[in-house]
Amino acid sequence: MKDRQQVLSRTKTLKIDGHDVSGREDETILDVARENGIFIPTLCQLDGLSAHGGCRLCLVEVKGSSKLLPACVTHVAEGMEVVTNSERLIEYRRMIMELIFSEGNHVCAVCVVNGHCELQSLAQRIGMTHVTVPYLYPRRVVDASHERYALDRNRCILCTRCVRVCDEIEGAHTWDVSGRGIEARIVTDLNQPWGQSETCTSCGKCVNVCPTGALFEKGKAVAEMSKKRAFLPYLTLMREKRSK
Amino acid sequence: MIGDELIKIAQAEQAEKAQYPHHIHVCTGTPCLASRSDMVKQALEQELEQSGKARLCRVKGVGCKGLCAAGPLVSVEPDGILYQGVTPDDASVIVASLDSTPVKRLQCSLEMPFFKRQVKIVLENSGAIDPESIEDYIAADGYQALFHVLTMMTPAEVISQITKSGLRGRGGAGYPTGLKWSTVAKSHGERKFVICNADEGDPGAFMDRSVLESDPHRVIEGMAIAAYAIGASQGYLYVRAEYPLAVDRLKTAIRQAKKLGLLGENICGTPFSFNVDIRLGAGAFVCGEETALIASIEGKIGQPRPRPPYPAEHGLWGFPTLVNNVETFANVAPIIRKGAEWFSSIGNEKSKGTKVFSLAGRVVNNGLIEVPMGITLREIVFEIGAGIPDGRQFKAVQTGGPSGGCVPAQYLDMPVDYESLLEIGTYMGSGGMIVVDDTSSMVDVARYFMEFSMTESCGKCVPCRVGTAQMYNLLDSIAAGTATLEDLALLERLCDVVKHASLCGLGQGAPNPVISTLRYFRDEYLARIRQQEVV
Amino acid sequence: MLASQPKVAPPSDDRRWRLVEATMRRHGYDASALIEVLHTVQESFGYLDETSLHFVAESLGVPLSRVYGVATFYHFFSLKPQGKHNCVVCTGTACYIKGSASILSAIQENFQVRPGETTADNQLSVLAARCLGSCGLAPAVVFDGEIVGKLEPAAVVDKLRELIQT
Repeated sequence: MKDRQQVLSRTKTLKIDGHDVSGREDETILDVARENGIFIPTLCQLDGLSAHGGCRLCLVEVKGSSKLLPACVTHVAEGMEVVTNSERLIEYRRMIMELIFSEGNHVCAVCVVNGHCELQSLAQRIGMTHVTVPYLYPRRVVDASHERYALDRNRCILCTRCVRVCDEIEGAHTWDVSGRGIEARIVTDLNQPWGQSETCTSCGKCVNVCPTGALFEKGKAVAEMSKKRAFLPYLTLMREKRSK
Repeated sequence: MIGDELIKIAQAEQAEKAQYPHHIHVCTGTPCLASRSDMVKQALEQELEQSGKARLCRVKGVGCKGLCAAGPLVSVEPDGILYQGVTPDDASVIVASLDSTPVKRLQCSLEMPFFKRQVKIVLENSGAIDPESIEDYIAADGYQALFHVLTMMTPAEVISQITKSGLRGRGGAGYPTGLKWSTVAKSHGERKFVICNADEGDPGAFMDRSVLESDPHRVIEGMAIAAYAIGASQGYLYVRAEYPLAVDRLKTAIRQAKKLGLLGENICGTPFSFNVDIRLGAGAFVCGEETALIASIEGKIGQPRPRPPYPAEHGLWGFPTLVNNVETFANVAPIIRKGAEWFSSIGNEKSKGTKVFSLAGRVVNNGLIEVPMGITLREIVFEIGAGIPDGRQFKAVQTGGPSGGCVPAQYLDMPVDYESLLEIGTYMGSGGMIVVDDTSSMVDVARYFMEFSMTESCGKCVPCRVGTAQMYNLLDSIAAGTATLEDLALLERLCDVVKHASLCGLGQGAPNPVISTLRYFRDEYLARIRQQEVV
Repeated sequence: MLASQPKVAPPSDDRRWRLVEATMRRHGYDASALIEVLHTVQESFGYLDETSLHFVAESLGVPLSRVYGVATFYHFFSLKPQGKHNCVVCTGTACYIKGSASILSAIQENFQVRPGETTADNQLSVLAARCLGSCGLAPAVVFDGEIVGKLEPAAVVDKLRELIQT
C-alpha cells in the first residue's frame, strides 16, 4: 500500500495543449508529449545523450511562468498547463530555424544527406518556406583528413550531439567546441586535422548522430547518406543492464 | 581570535593614529595610480622627512575617494581638506600648509553636491582606510559584525535580519537577498558553497573594482557571515583578471584574515570554519551569469545552463550554492552592526538602502557615487554629476549596460529604483551609468552594445548566437545609411525572438538597448533610413 | 581515489615549467584547475602554445579538445606569441563615448595593426579590452601594463613610437 502511494505521488497529471496527460516526476515535458503523440520540434536533443537545451526549438509556454521553457529539460509538475502550438511559438520556431539556415551554408540540393536530413525535414514540418534573414555566408573549413569520414563545417549547426556522443558513449572526448558566439566551431583535439587526432577511435558514432550532412562517410554521393541511430538506445540499454 | 583581541587591535590602531596630529590620505585606486598617485605619496613622505615633520603627520594610502576624473586625490585629516590633481611637486606646499591655511589652488570643495548628496554605507571606508591594513579595517568597526553573528546569533536569526532589512541583489535583477540565503540554508547538501561574483563585466561599470580595491575586508566579512547563515565552509571570489590591483588586495586581505583567525578553522573560537579562495575570470562577460560562473570555477567553458534547477539547490559541483555580487556582500556587515531597521529606513518603498553607481560618459563629475535608492536621475546627473560639459545638451542615461536601456530626458525626475527603471524599459543592472549627450547618436550606442553582446555570446543557444550577429549587421547597415524600412521591421522581429527564446540573461537582455532606443529615439533610426531613400 | 596521478614530465627543462607545476600541485592536479593553470602558463610564457596545452591536458587529465575549447572560449588567453610591447585600448562604454574608436583607427593607420594582432616586426601587439573599470580616465589605454588616461589619438601614437624605440 505504501509503495502504491509512493508511486502515485511520483505520478503527475498535467495538461498539454488541453489534453489531460500524466507522467512520472523524472520525466520532462518532451517525454510526456512524445508518449502522447504531441509533436514538439527538437534538434539538439537525442535520446540516450544528456540534454543540451541549446537549439531552443522545443520552447513551450507554461501557465504561471513568464518565460518560455525548453521542454527537453523541464520536468513535469502536478497541475502544469503546457501550450506547445501557440501562434507565438510557431513564429519563434520558424525564426529560429531561419537563423540556423542563415548561419551556415546549407545547400540541400548538393548535400550527401539530402532527403535524409533532420534539419531539412524539420524545417519542412514547421512550415519554413523562406529564409527572411540575410545569409551570413561564413567561411568555414572542410576537414577531409580522416580516412573514412569527413567534416563539412558549412553544414554544422553546433547542436553538439557529436561532442556528447563522443564523450558520454564512446568515452573519447575527441570533439569539443572552440571559440564562442558566432565564431564557435567544432574541433578535434587541439584543432588538428581529424585524421591526425590522437584520441579518435574512428567509431563513427558522431557521424551517425549528426542531424545534418556536416559529418558524413566518405564515398557517398549527393543524397546517398542516411544515418543509423539504432545503436544509441541499444548501447544505453545494454549498459543499464550491466550496471544492474 | 576572540572579542577582546578585536577590541585590542582596534585600540592599538587608534592609539597609533592619535600620535599624529595630521594625517594625509592619498588615493591608491586604479585611476589615481594611473595618474601617478604612488609618486605623490612618495614625494609627500620624503617632504615630511626632510622638513622634520615626520612625527607630526602620517601618510596613508587609502581606497577610492570617488571623484576619479580629478585624480590624484589627496586629503588632509582631521581637517577634512580635499586636494585634486595633485602632482609630486605639490608635496612641499601641502606639507607647509599643515599648520596654516589650505592650498587654495588645489583645493576641491567638499561642500559641492558631488559629496553632499551621497549617503555612504558600502563606501563608508573607501578613501578613509588603508585597504592593505586589516588593523585599519578593524579600527573602523571591521569584523565586529562577524564576531557578533558567530557568538550571539543563530543562522536563522542572521537570515531573518537580512530579510527584514529588505536588501536586494545588487548584481542586476534585485532578487531579495534574505530569500536567496534562506533557500540555500534549507537545501540539503553534504557541502555548501558561497560565491562572490566579482566578474564585473558591464562596460562602463567599476563599482565592484573600486569596492574590492578600497575595502576588501568588507566583502570577505560579508561572505563569512553568509557562509555561517547558510552552513557553508568554503567560499570562492570570482574576480576578473582585468583587475590586477583588486586581486592583489584581496590576496593580502585573505592572508591577513587567516593570520588573525578571522578565516580558517574555528573562527573566533567557535566551531565555525570558513575559507575563501580566489578564482580568476579570463575575459568572458557571460561568466557574470551565475550558472556560467559556476561552470567557470569548475574549470569549464563559461556556458550557462537552463534554470531551474537554481544554484541554490544545485550549484557548484552539484551542491547548494549561494551566489551574490560584491556590493550585496558589502552591505551585510553594516546591516548586522546597525540593524535591519536602520537599513530599511534608507531608500524607498521596495528598494532599500543605497546603490553605488559609476557615473561616466558626458558628465562633468566622472566617478563613483553612492546614493539612497529613490533619488532622481536629475539629481544624479545635474547635481552630483554637475551636468553636461562643454555646454552640450543632455540626451539620455544608459543604465544596466548591454542588457539595459536608456532613460531619456522626460524621465529625469523618475526615482531610481528597481521597479521604476523596469517600467520604462531599462533596468538597474550592476550600476553603470553612462551619460550620453547630443554629440552621440543613439543608433551608434545601440550598435556599440550589440557588438558587445555578439562578441560576448557564448554560442550555446541559437537565438543569441545567430540573432545577435544578425541584429548587429542590421544596426551596422542602419548606421551606414544603407538600410530599408523592411530591415528595421526585421530588426524588431529579431529583438522579440532573441529576447524571449534565448537561454540566459545575456541573450534575453541583448535586444534591450535596441528596443529602448527605438522606443525613445525612433526618429534617429528613421533619419538614417530616409537619407538613403531620398538618395 | 589514488593519492597521486602518474606525474607527467614537463616538455623541457625550462625553469618556467616549475611555476606551472606549482599551480597544478596547489590544486591537487584537479581538472577544475584548468583555467588557473592556463593563467600561469600565459603569465610565464606570454601565450599558450600547442606544447603547453598538451602538457596541461595530460597533467590534469582533461581531454585535449576541452583544453582547446577553454583556451579559445576565454578571450584573455592568447594562442599566438605577443609582440615585444603591448597596448590595450579600453573600448568600454565611457571610453567609447569619449572616442576610443578614433584611437584604434589612429593605431591602425600608423602601425598597420588591428586589435588582436601583432605588427609584422613583432614589436607591438594591440588588444581591445572590454572595460578596464577606469571610466573616470576615459579614454584609457594600457601601455606595457601601465594605464594612462584622457588620451588623444595623436598622443597614443606618439607614446607607442616612443615605446617601440626604447
